[in-house]
Amino acid sequence: MHVVLAVVIGGLYAAGIYLMLRRSIVKLIIGLALLSNAANLLIFTAAGLRRGRPPLVPEDASVLATPYADPLPQALILTAIVIGFGVLAFAVVLVHLAWQTVGTDDLDRMNTTDRQP
Amino acid sequence: MKTLLVLPILIPLGTAVACLLIRKSLRTQRALAVAGSGALFVAGLALLAGVWRGGIAAVQIGQWPAPFGITLVSDLFSAIMVVLAGLVGFAVAVYSLGTMDHARERFGYHPLFSILLMGVCGAFLTGDLFNLYVWFEVMLIASFVLLVLGGEREQIEGAIKYVTLNLLSSALFLAAVGLLYGTTGTLNMADLSLQLSQQSTDLTPALAMLFLLAFGIKAAIFPLFFWLPASYHTAPVAVSAVFAGLLTKVGVYSLIRVFTLLFAQDPGFTHKLILVLSGLTMLTGVLGAVAQSEFRRILSFHIVSQIGFMILGLGLLTPLALAGSIFYIAHHIIVKTNLFLVSGAVHRLRGSYELKKLGGVYRASPWLAALFLVPAMSLAGLPPLSGFFAKLSLVMAGLNAAQHLIVAVALLVGILTLFSMTKIWAEVFWKPASQSPVESRPPLRPPQWMSMVAPIAVLAVITVAIGLLAEPIFLLAARAAEQLLHPAEYIEAVLGKTSCVPSY
Repeated sequence: MHVVLAVVIGGLYAAGIYLMLRRSIVKLIIGLALLSNAANLLIFTAAGLRRGRPPLVPEDASVLATPYADPLPQALILTAIVIGFGVLAFAVVLVHLAWQTVGTDDLDRMNTTDRQP
Repeated sequence: MKTLLVLPILIPLGTAVACLLIRKSLRTQRALAVAGSGALFVAGLALLAGVWRGGIAAVQIGQWPAPFGITLVSDLFSAIMVVLAGLVGFAVAVYSLGTMDHARERFGYHPLFSILLMGVCGAFLTGDLFNLYVWFEVMLIASFVLLVLGGEREQIEGAIKYVTLNLLSSALFLAAVGLLYGTTGTLNMADLSLQLSQQSTDLTPALAMLFLLAFGIKAAIFPLFFWLPASYHTAPVAVSAVFAGLLTKVGVYSLIRVFTLLFAQDPGFTHKLILVLSGLTMLTGVLGAVAQSEFRRILSFHIVSQIGFMILGLGLLTPLALAGSIFYIAHHIIVKTNLFLVSGAVHRLRGSYELKKLGGVYRASPWLAALFLVPAMSLAGLPPLSGFFAKLSLVMAGLNAAQHLIVAVALLVGILTLFSMTKIWAEVFWKPASQSPVESRPPLRPPQWMSMVAPIAVLAVITVAIGLLAEPIFLLAARAAEQLLHPAEYIEAVLGKTSCVPSY
């Protein structure tokens, strides 16, 4: 399972960075979304995968039996997903606004702020 | 003391909520924004006094014991940063009274401004790495909206670069946090400091580099700075002033925090690298500034160059050097905010930021010219202003550590900074007003002008005061540096006396 997830995360990172290197701002946003998803999966995998061991104390015991799934990374990921969603929603609106005001989705033509007047 | 630790987050939050509730009345919102940031400044001063007397303070939110819950910690460095955030917030809030247009105010400028301050203060006070990520995002989303508020073409283009690079940095930060949790099983910074000092794995240097990259983008160090001069000058001047003063400094703060508390095991590699980067940052920033001919773009490139000075002290990692860095940050935040405010006042008088179209401001308003000269000369490092002592301590630290090359670079950058400041002085203030008629501006009412000049004057007075009272302030910086270099006190404040970490 680790291997599969490692390959998936690597693929997501590669695809995300490839899309970010393109000139279209729409692809840029998709790249960013893939990148944040890759980071979330990375947290999930790096903290250790454990199947069928929920972190619940059985009724007849008072402590957890040791190999158990760590719930904290999932809480972190949940927070990151929510933040990522909010930020992505903003980015999508920004891209739309850019397309409306600048009239292009080509990053190479968005250089008025870098040019010397 | 516990309340004081939470207040710098609660005050801006309360202000933002109150501003949102009374969306209709702009007058009340303005009053609230000024009162809120003023209260933040006072709370920051009280916190600083408390930490100075009682040592590092920590509070466990919700009474969860230390490595498990969220901890707020304040050592002297954090407290100094909160005070500065309050000061900049207050100055810019007053300045906004005269400069911010009604359209932007109606779209929620004041609540966003408070949320930005909340994010900044939260980042300074948190003792948990994931919580730091959350505060970064709070700060970022507020800054995104502030940057595009108004929706002019330049702003949108600048925002795309700013948003992309900052999101990339957040993704890297998040990945680094995840990997760090995977190797150590904790995210509490005090606990991490213990764990990483006891067992350092092969992954540790890689993680250190990931953090350097993530915070380096936010702090705009070489070679990751290009988003800053492309975006900062596009926003309204009050917004760019608060960005220039505070946002990159949160990145610098995080770099200093992480590379003194967590990744100080192998300074031969990490801190040497930071030293090299600081030299390159200083040099490229100042060379970029020399080539510019727009007021705010020159200032933006100087931010980059000054960031180099701030991490120079971190690279040297001696008590004097770190104290110099902290002194430099304090000096820089005040001076740079002030220079942006001056550029706004000049724009109000002349209707342009282009050096070519400006001129004759000295004749029109000699007081403004004098008020420009104070922060400009301080930035260049002329005695007896604050910048001189900041540079002096860093140069001395560099000489003590026998890093002659970096000292030479720092001095050269000082001269080039002076060159660029005199260029602004000559072009904007001294040369006769340009012949071409500038677009007609609405008449300037005296109260409006006062609300612009008063913060500039106050910040200039503080710049002079820091220069004249350099010794007590340097003492404060030195003690803050001492705390950073000896994390035992920090760890004890967070984890308690018995700093044995429960194994799980």
